Amino acid sequence: MAKVAFSLVMPERELAATEADMVIVPGGDGDFGVLPGHIPMISTVRPGVIEVQDGGKTVRRFMVAGGFAEVTRERCTVLAEEAQPFEDVSADQLAKRLRDAREALAEATPATRSGAEKAVSVAQDLQRAYAYYAAR
Amino acid sequence: MPSLKSFRLRIRSVQSTQKITKAMKMVAAAKLRRAQEAAQAGRPYAQAMDRMLASLASGMLGKAGAPKLLAGTGSDKVHLLIVATADRGLCGGFNSSIVREARRAIRALQGDGKTVKVLAVGRKARDQLRRDYGNLIVDSITDLGKPRLGFADARKVADRVLAMFEAGEFDVATIIYNRFRSAISQILTRQQIIPPAVPEAEAGAGASPYEFEPDEETILAELLPRNLAVQIYRALLENAASEQGARMTAMDNATRNAGDMIKRLTLQMNRSRQASITKELIEIISGAEAI
Repeated sequence: MAKVAFSLVMPERELAATEADMVIVPGGDGDFGVLPGHIPMISTVRPGVIEVQDGGKTVRRFMVAGGFAEVTRERCTVLAEEAQPFEDVSADQLAKRLRDAREALAEATPATRSGAEKAVSVAQDLQRAYAYYAAR
Repeated sequence: MPSLKSFRLRIRSVQSTQKITKAMKMVAAAKLRRAQEAAQAGRPYAQAMDRMLASLASGMLGKAGAPKLLAGTGSDKVHLLIVATADRGLCGGFNSSIVREARRAIRALQGDGKTVKVLAVGRKARDQLRRDYGNLIVDSITDLGKPRLGFADARKVADRVLAMFEAGEFDVATIIYNRFRSAISQILTRQQIIPPAVPEAEAGAGASPYEFEPDEETILAELLPRNLAVQIYRALLENAASEQGARMTAMDNATRNAGDMIKRLTLQMNRSRQASITKELIEIISGAEAI
């Protein structure tokens, strides 16, 4: 059976490049699964978890803090400024991130306010996604 | 004729200089390798970004609703020059070639009646431009890439540029840096980043037009600021590799020059030693003959 060539790239390096049966990406308009032969598409990615499925089970998970996905019939490329294997993420780390983001927001000047607000909402989304996937 | 002792002192001082330049060369070589690896590792992201931008922008350019970051403000009165140099010297002509190009660009733009603003990235750009064009420097960002250059550094620069752009402080932004070709050759580059040069869509790839989710405008609005950061990141990476390459070459030359100097001084020292020995001998012999 045909496979999807999945790659997850960050500006500094390529985090993952693998073949998979299906990749589930948290798109800006909702999660979508990419199977071989998927219609070519470019989508935004919201903060959440990417699941790579192969042989009927989930083989890898990645946590991403938003980005873009480029899907062609053979490939699925996710561009993320920040990404980590799901195993490397801990609840403490995410809680700290949220705390830091809130502190930054409290000290934000009007110029940096929108950025700080966004950081808080990203941290919240990540925490929610983590809780959901960690329980599975 | 200088004394033997003064020769010995000079040789010793040149030797210790040579040791320093040699060590600096080794360090630069190691850092160069790391910088090259970083540049290579960043390539997949930049390529994917280019691909997406190409397929998005070709549809948007020329349309009325195209975002300003892509199409420009429609005027080109105020230019922002991002002059990216290193924080440190001792790397041959690396910094001065960038600053020279920046001076030339400033003069040319001012000659055309444009307003020029300068964003100095790196301590050397700030220090060298401050004398002549201090009033043009709107801001300077130094100490990037410590301990190592990351995407966050590029984002810092990009955020500053974006904030200025949104405040309407300039129309066109250009970055000046050195593109790395090899340790002995760096290519001085002037690249316009706002509005960006849109990469050509690959021929053939256009046969399968993409679907967009949520829609083109939303994606572009998110993609363009990130693309700016990526372009700056790429320039900074190239610059970092160039800096180390230039330093390596400069230090290699310095080491070789020091070696030549040591050889010359040793020769002179030996000559003067033999001359004094000969002189003493002549004095002794002629003294003996006189008796």
